[in-house]
Amino acid sequence: MTDIPAPRHIPDRLDKPLSSAIFSWEALLVVVAVAIFAINSFASPYFLDPYSLSDLTFNFTEKGLIAFAMALLIISGEIDLSVAAIIALASTMMGMAVQAGAGTPVLVLIGIVVGLGCGAFNGLLVTRLGLPSIVVTIGTMSLFRGIAFIILGDQAYKGYPESFAFFGQGYVWWVVSFELVLFLIAAIVYWFLLHRTSFGRRVFAIGNNPVAAQFSGVRVGRIKFILFCLTGLMSGIASVLITSRLGSTRPSIAQGYELEVITMVVLGGVSILGGAGSIVGVVLAAFIMGLVTFGLGLLNVPGIVMSIFIGVLLIIVIALPIVWRRLRGSS
Amino acid sequence: MKAFLKYREIWLAAAIIVLIGLISTRFPAFADPGNLRQVFNDTSILMILALGQMVIILTRSIDLSMASNLCFTGMVVAMLNAAHPAIPIPALIVIALAVGLVLGAINGLLVWRLNIPSIVVTLGTLTIYRGATFVLSGGAWVNADKMSPDFIGFQRAAFLGIPVLSWIAILVIALFFVLMTRTALGRSIYAIGVNPTASVYTGIDVGRTKFIVFCISGMIGGLAGYLWISRYVIASVEVANGYELNIIAACVIGGISIAGGIGSVGGAVLGALFLGIISNALPVINISPFWQMAISGSAIILAVVLNARGERQQGRIILRKAEAA
Repeated sequence: MTDIPAPRHIPDRLDKPLSSAIFSWEALLVVVAVAIFAINSFASPYFLDPYSLSDLTFNFTEKGLIAFAMALLIISGEIDLSVAAIIALASTMMGMAVQAGAGTPVLVLIGIVVGLGCGAFNGLLVTRLGLPSIVVTIGTMSLFRGIAFIILGDQAYKGYPESFAFFGQGYVWWVVSFELVLFLIAAIVYWFLLHRTSFGRRVFAIGNNPVAAQFSGVRVGRIKFILFCLTGLMSGIASVLITSRLGSTRPSIAQGYELEVITMVVLGGVSILGGAGSIVGVVLAAFIMGLVTFGLGLLNVPGIVMSIFIGVLLIIVIALPIVWRRLRGSS
Repeated sequence: MKAFLKYREIWLAAAIIVLIGLISTRFPAFADPGNLRQVFNDTSILMILALGQMVIILTRSIDLSMASNLCFTGMVVAMLNAAHPAIPIPALIVIALAVGLVLGAINGLLVWRLNIPSIVVTLGTLTIYRGATFVLSGGAWVNADKMSPDFIGFQRAAFLGIPVLSWIAILVIALFFVLMTRTALGRSIYAIGVNPTASVYTGIDVGRTKFIVFCISGMIGGLAGYLWISRYVIASVEVANGYELNIIAACVIGGISIAGGIGSVGGAVLGALFLGIISNALPVINISPFWQMAISGSAIILAVVLNARGERQQGRIILRKAEAA
């Protein structure tokens, strides 16, 4: 969205004094995460248990995977609202393949390729035709999920092979799930991509000033296209995980995930106006959202009430630094 | 000259006439005036909501919380009606407007005073307002048998052969037309969308104007809350779940630029009608309703592609108009 751009900090990797690290966004998130963790441990005797904590991770790994790519996309000044619809379409295609007798490797490939294809379609519309991404992806969101509805109607695909269940239900070692390992690997890959490569620097440059970036030789269109593809790819991977975890496909699968993913990214300190953000923040935000929903779940708080906490958390965490700065400015 | 300015609306109107023509080749009774009146009535709530969203989008903002506001306010009036059936309907409508206004003002204050981007604020209040509906109702539903006959019957009563719901929509359209074309506030809304910095220099309080448009969309959300609940005679936490994107879709199809400053009352109304006609037509021409989502998705993409051409041109014209006025 194009609100009036607020004055921006120069993001990422400038030489900072230690004090700024202490008051940084990530530090704020760590404090929030530790506080919620502590509250949870006191509130429920079942919380501090390796198996509980392992269950907790399933609350955020799938959305978190998409959130990494979405973070890069939002930093570059674009957005993708169609991620949940991509999950639905990819899952439907995998379901069709199962009916045709496809094995596990083919299913995974289909999920990933459909995701990548949908992302490329978004990317082409935005970069080739120069359309605003928020509107394009509202359209493709209806289109992708609409196709899933046309194919499936009120039916469901079941009968996924047993070996397919590993991705969403399997454990690599003790209580460490495959999903969690994938989440951590993706976190490292995206951290490296955004903060340690020239590609990442270009993403920041585009988000801060696309015109200046273009004139300094950054291929703005191509990089944005790649970012849309990455977001589609991660949605495809998430689709494999969710389908494997649930063992069935309905066209309404993952409904509303797009807003949760974006909440995660914004909570992680990525500026919705583009140009600033970090992967560490997104990882912490994913943990926080997982902690809040799981902790409240242990206390038998219904899901819809949890969403109030997430909403309030989002607004407070965004508002806090602004209020803090204003109070210091006035005194 | 005037016809040229309404270029986009004329094309959209033509597209709608062609659409109705195509549908009536399969099902001739569709183009019947009685049926078209029915379609208008069915689309009334979406039209009202699209107008509320329009003023927001014109100022380069977005309100994702409208459907949640509708859900919450609808629950408030439904529970009030169930508990105190004696409260007259006009009073309930005033209450709905007031509750909606408060919810909109919360959005507006956060955007105005704390300068948080509207998409973030309303993403938060989207979940908060719907969650608050659950807290308020305890997860229970309010069914038709708990609502008073007046509550359900008010919008269905015919006045001059047209249901009250349609009259409310016509009244809201007229009010918005006056607001956007005949008042200083309407001019400021356009000006902010076209160039916020220049607006500040011309003496427009951008923050306060944004606060006002969020109050307007909040009131619209509240009004739609009562209309929705009394039309579908059930109030639950699930009411209008995900509908915020339909509202934005109606605006986009109606040619309202998401970048702000471009759009008209006629466009928003026609955009909503376009979606309303599709959802009404699919069952009668024997296409599975499951096609509806994909069709409106394609319509949105097509509309953006078409509107993107000449958008810059259109923007300049509106600016010139603003300067002349």
